[in-house]
Amino acid sequence: MSLALDALTILAVCVGACFFLAGTVGLLRFPDSLSRLHALTKADNLGLGFVVLGLLFQVEGPFAALKLISVWLLTLLAGATVTQLIARAARPGGAQE
Amino acid sequence: MAFDTGLAVLVLGVAVWTIAARDTFAAVVGFVAYGLLLALVWVRIAAPDVALTEAAIGSGLTGGLLLGASTRLRRAETAAAGEKPGAALRLVAAGLCVLVSAGLAAIVLLLPEPAPTLAPQAAANLAATGLGNPVTAVLMAYRAIDTLLETVVLLLALVGVWSLAPDRVWGGSPGPRHHADRDGVLAFVAQLLVPVGILVGIHIFWVGSDAPGGEFQGATILAAMWILAMMAGLMDAPPVSRRWLRLLLIAGPAVFFAIGLAGFVMAGAFLAYPKAYAKLLIVTIEVPVTLSIAATLALLVAGPPERKPQR
Repeated sequence: MSLALDALTILAVCVGACFFLAGTVGLLRFPDSLSRLHALTKADNLGLGFVVLGLLFQVEGPFAALKLISVWLLTLLAGATVTQLIARAARPGGAQE
Repeated sequence: MAFDTGLAVLVLGVAVWTIAARDTFAAVVGFVAYGLLLALVWVRIAAPDVALTEAAIGSGLTGGLLLGASTRLRRAETAAAGEKPGAALRLVAAGLCVLVSAGLAAIVLLLPEPAPTLAPQAAANLAATGLGNPVTAVLMAYRAIDTLLETVVLLLALVGVWSLAPDRVWGGSPGPRHHADRDGVLAFVAQLLVPVGILVGIHIFWVGSDAPGGEFQGATILAAMWILAMMAGLMDAPPVSRRWLRLLLIAGPAVFFAIGLAGFVMAGAFLAYPKAYAKLLIVTIEVPVTLSIAATLALLVAGPPERKPQR
């Protein structure tokens, strides 16, 4: 049982790491701010999401699981907001607010 | 081992990059990344309390302060670039830095094995404080005087920032008034995040007596939530002449000092707690201290008064 859980953890965390890698490559290689932001959000949303999913197989008790999921949700919220704000500032002739 | 080596190389690389960065803004971004990586290092050497403090204050709050400073300095940056110090001065500065680093490295490498430590005594006397977290016991009981002085130092820093205000705006509100779109993204996230953040801040403070956390880390989160609400335009920064604000700022150090003095009567020494009430007294100090630190940190980021006080 624990072997199966460990395998699931390794699989999910590896998938998450792939998204982080892809997001980082995109951040470095994409030509303009908007597409770089697009790449970055993949690392935030899916990369961290899969890492949290993988860690969920290892937690003791529901509160630790809730904490992990909260971390992911808060990161989603912060990431989405910051992306919006940067995108508005980066838009050609974009307003500050 | 491979992970730790990679982390160390990364921290050093980001540190060098931060120093070498030409642009002030880029250097600040490097500094924030450096602080977060350093927090990971603290986690790796089993010091989660320090890691939390490094991430919250070292990286987050100081990063915010430096971002503000870099924005203010932007206009003067080209002028400052023209006044770069000569090669000799830079060489001397680099030489002294290398000397300090080498000295520190030598001390760490020459420590006897095992290194001298007070950790066993700190753990052995933990029961007398009623606390479960030895780090909090050091901060609030064994070395409470250091923590008291730290809270006073923060206040002095705020006095320093406020004293930069010109006379005509003295007593007014710090920073510009932020007029955000009430239906905008920032207002939305502030409305959603601030209640959650306040809860997390109180939680981090409260678990500090038994687990990693404490008043400085919790207060930083509370301060960040206040700053977020102000930046989103949901509330305005209070004028610095407000009586309630001044009371809030000194409440922590004042209660700390008063209970410290009461220690002479109750336990025979400054900042000594009678054993039966140790935990109660520590929490009584921690609550106002947390609120005072949160207010002080938020106002440090808000900056000196810039607007005329409204009568």
